[in-house]
Amino acid sequence: MAEDARDTRATLALLAALAAAAAGAHALGEPFYVNMAARVAILAMAAAGLNLALGFGGMVSFGHAAFFGLGGYAAGVAAWHAANQIPLASWPVLVPGTDRMIVVWAAAAATGGLAALLIGALSLRTSGVQFIMITLAFAQMFYYFAISWPAYGGEDGLPIYLRNGIEGLDVYDPFTFFAICFVWLAATLAGTARIMRARFGAALTMARLSEARLASAGVDPFPVRLTAFALSGAVTAVAGALNADLNGFVGPSALSWKMSGELMAFVILGGVGRLGGPVAGAAAFVLLEHFLGAATERWVLVFGALLLGVTLFARGGLLGLLAGRARHG
Amino acid sequence: MKKRILGAALAAIVAAGGAAADPTRIGMITTLSGGGAHLGVDVRDGFQLALEQAGRKDVELIVRDDARKPDMAKSLADEMIQKDKVAILTGIIWSNLAMAVVPSAVRQGVFYISPNAGPSALAGRGCHRNYFNVAWQNDDLHAAMGAYMKAQGFKRPFILAPNYPAGTDALTGFKSTFGADVGGELYTKLGQTDYAAEIARIRASDADSVFFFLPGGMGIAFLKQYAGAGMTLPVFGPAFSFDEVILGAVGDAAIGARNTSQWAYDLDNAANRAFVEAFRKTHGRTPTLYASQGYDAARLILSALDAADPVKEPDAFREALRAARFESVRGKFRFGPNHHPIQDIYVREVVPGDGKPTNRLIGVAMRDRQDAYAAQCRM
Amino acid sequence: MSAALALEQALNGVQLGVMLFLAAAGLTLIFGVMGLINLAHGALFMTGAYACAFLTRETGSFWLGLAGGALAAAAAGAAVELLVVRRLYGRDHLDQVLATFALALIFSDAARWIFGPQPLWLDPPAALSGAVPLPGGGAYPAYRLAIIVAGLAAAAGLHALIARTRLGMRIRAGESDREMVAALGVNVALLYTAVFALGAGLAGFAGAMVGALRSVQADMGEPVLILAFVVIVIGGVGSVKGAFAGAMLVGVTDTMGRALLPALFARIWDPATAAGAGAAVASMLIYMLMAAVLVLRPKGLFPADG
Repeated sequence: MAEDARDTRATLALLAALAAAAAGAHALGEPFYVNMAARVAILAMAAAGLNLALGFGGMVSFGHAAFFGLGGYAAGVAAWHAANQIPLASWPVLVPGTDRMIVVWAAAAATGGLAALLIGALSLRTSGVQFIMITLAFAQMFYYFAISWPAYGGEDGLPIYLRNGIEGLDVYDPFTFFAICFVWLAATLAGTARIMRARFGAALTMARLSEARLASAGVDPFPVRLTAFALSGAVTAVAGALNADLNGFVGPSALSWKMSGELMAFVILGGVGRLGGPVAGAAAFVLLEHFLGAATERWVLVFGALLLGVTLFARGGLLGLLAGRARHG
Repeated sequence: MKKRILGAALAAIVAAGGAAADPTRIGMITTLSGGGAHLGVDVRDGFQLALEQAGRKDVELIVRDDARKPDMAKSLADEMIQKDKVAILTGIIWSNLAMAVVPSAVRQGVFYISPNAGPSALAGRGCHRNYFNVAWQNDDLHAAMGAYMKAQGFKRPFILAPNYPAGTDALTGFKSTFGADVGGELYTKLGQTDYAAEIARIRASDADSVFFFLPGGMGIAFLKQYAGAGMTLPVFGPAFSFDEVILGAVGDAAIGARNTSQWAYDLDNAANRAFVEAFRKTHGRTPTLYASQGYDAARLILSALDAADPVKEPDAFREALRAARFESVRGKFRFGPNHHPIQDIYVREVVPGDGKPTNRLIGVAMRDRQDAYAAQCRM
Repeated sequence: MSAALALEQALNGVQLGVMLFLAAAGLTLIFGVMGLINLAHGALFMTGAYACAFLTRETGSFWLGLAGGALAAAAAGAAVELLVVRRLYGRDHLDQVLATFALALIFSDAARWIFGPQPLWLDPPAALSGAVPLPGGGAYPAYRLAIIVAGLAAAAGLHALIARTRLGMRIRAGESDREMVAALGVNVALLYTAVFALGAGLAGFAGAMVGALRSVQADMGEPVLILAFVVIVIGGVGSVKGAFAGAMLVGVTDTMGRALLPALFARIWDPATAAGAGAAVASMLIYMLMAAVLVLRPKGLFPADG
């Protein structure tokens, strides 16, 4: 319990630091750094979605880019149809495109959740290394489909010329947009904490630690895992939609295996199964990318070496250093 | 998403601003790694050569590698506009990257001067007063080749291009002059390197010639495998499929191929002779058309900078760009109403050269070619 | 489709299949014996291609380059095993994925660093530069035919190695019971390094051969790695026989899909739409195949343990 409290404190401190950084950059009139903070919030939220499956549920998904990208495409496609005034579907009911953020989020969550349900239903028949490879391969399927299907830009991706909006908010103001992303991130973390304290969370933890004990308690682990996986996909998809709006662009690279690997790296860098782990991981990645990328051409090499070092030697991740020993593993 | 992976901080500061007024900052986002790298390298080298020759202290160039990734190009553009406060952007090679970057960049008030990509969307309905293309509209060279092949009496060319905006523009452009009745039509994956299945289909068709648009590494892979498969149908294409780097890698297999270009290194005018000589001296290689486009882009920008400051007097700067008062290495040069060039398109043939094959100018395919989208442009 | 075209496309499919087998064999062996998932396997494929291109350029002999490519990849594999992978055997798959993902990043960026960001070009040897006539009036590139022959020979050699030799016996023992091998007094550390180097060498051999066909660049290993995953999921994780069957299935399905679907769709739609839709569905075909296999036989076609 003490460990949980420390975890929560570290998470709150990270969130406060992120908000302070964005507010500071905003006060100094540096929209670039406000956008950077928004990016941290979005990537952290995507990784928090993955953490639900990977960290708390023990499902090592190497295909979460599929949900991230699908969410992005949900935003891009809806905005494209709205901008070109072409209905999304004319049968059986007329579905117009939309540029309303709230509708887009719902659509992204539904798309991501449904895709996760389907992929999960097939992939959760296996476990271990097969599960990793199968989730990866399914994500690649979406990747190649996005590349080859010309209707929504194919290889070129889909530019979003007008950011999706919310009534009463100026979403073009970088700080307002950051605030939206930040609220989403905070809500995700709070939601995760709540779920993990509920009966469902206990069942999920049990499914990870000892399937046999869960089964002897009369609970089938499959639906528990599948629900967590779908929820995880939906959260990551909403982050993907936010990311598309931040960049004004969504493309196949949001679906690529490197994206999956990076999301996974955020979770591990931050600390597996820790509430604030994804925030620490995403922040570290974005900061490293920015400052290391400016200092050396070989930043990928350095990032790779760092990731290798953390995996081999610092098993609790960044939060492990901040908040004490690793939770499991 | 990844803002910048490789070659991230490849910042080349050509001329550091003195203590005097703020220098004009030009951001160049181009492809310096991967299969399309030599296109970006040549655009950059041509551009830098023109800046060095001008010797101006008040122009600062920032060069970054987009690795041919649209999202990376987009975030580099945002970073250059918001953080580095550039006034002018340039450098993008690929149409899909241009579509990701240009519309939002020009809306943020910067000028975009395209040294290569010319997607139809930006020439027609999506044209913008701050967007200028110094090279060509994507259809141009392909349309010229369609006209040339029709005149040469070919009946059933097999045509292929990668599946991206410039690829569809290419085949649309070709068919706009040749006619829709071709021996076969194929779209390949962008960046694809194995063309076995496509070559088999060409072999099985009753085509009498092959027209292909495969720039960069794709062209090298295709031509090598085409020759290796024992194919003998004559090949045609835009200059992008037969630039000097591709010819160097492919070797004698390319000899006899004909291609269309708005420029050739043996084009006889004073500006071009000086450019080719200076480029060879600086870089030890013959410039490709991409280098000529980078060079022209820089000289266009410099000519407009002589007239006005892009930040303080954007309207005057835009007028100066539109007037295009610079000596282009391709001879006469002027902009149409949609800020795309009206220019002659030439035909070149690949001939044996000094150690490797090279292109030789053999004629004119089209005079005063203007793209088909200008009429749709409302600025 | 004419018979000549069908034959040529079938050969293309087999050639892709052979290459995938060489890449997947190491992956599945390493998993079978050591229980390790290796995302850096594509990087070893790339190492073979770069070494081959470099040696061919320096020595002027493609054959030296080819041998050097396979050896360099095997050496890189052994080094990776000794320095990094060895620490991962007891860990969960999550750590293995992350560490080998990091290795893949390091390898491809290092290749860019050493050899520059532009691709290297490698020509097939002059002796194999032409095309061979096929029955039915077609022709087929001699070099691709040589890849098929070399790949099949390597597959046969691998089969003989596993079935007949002492090393093979230990590999088989390791696949069925890891602890028992150690109890039998086999030097497990040495065995693991050898298996890893063998798998890496096969991948490097494939990379070197393919390098001469396409181009040698830093990201060439990634698509191969993903396809190799699909292959071993279809074939059954850990099974070399399954990897062979899966590779052939994937190679032929992919090639035939790319060749047939656009033509099939062209009967319904105009060429541009058909090309787009055909390419889109063709690119997903092998993943649909994988999903179908998974529904029918969750452990793959040739499950290793059973």
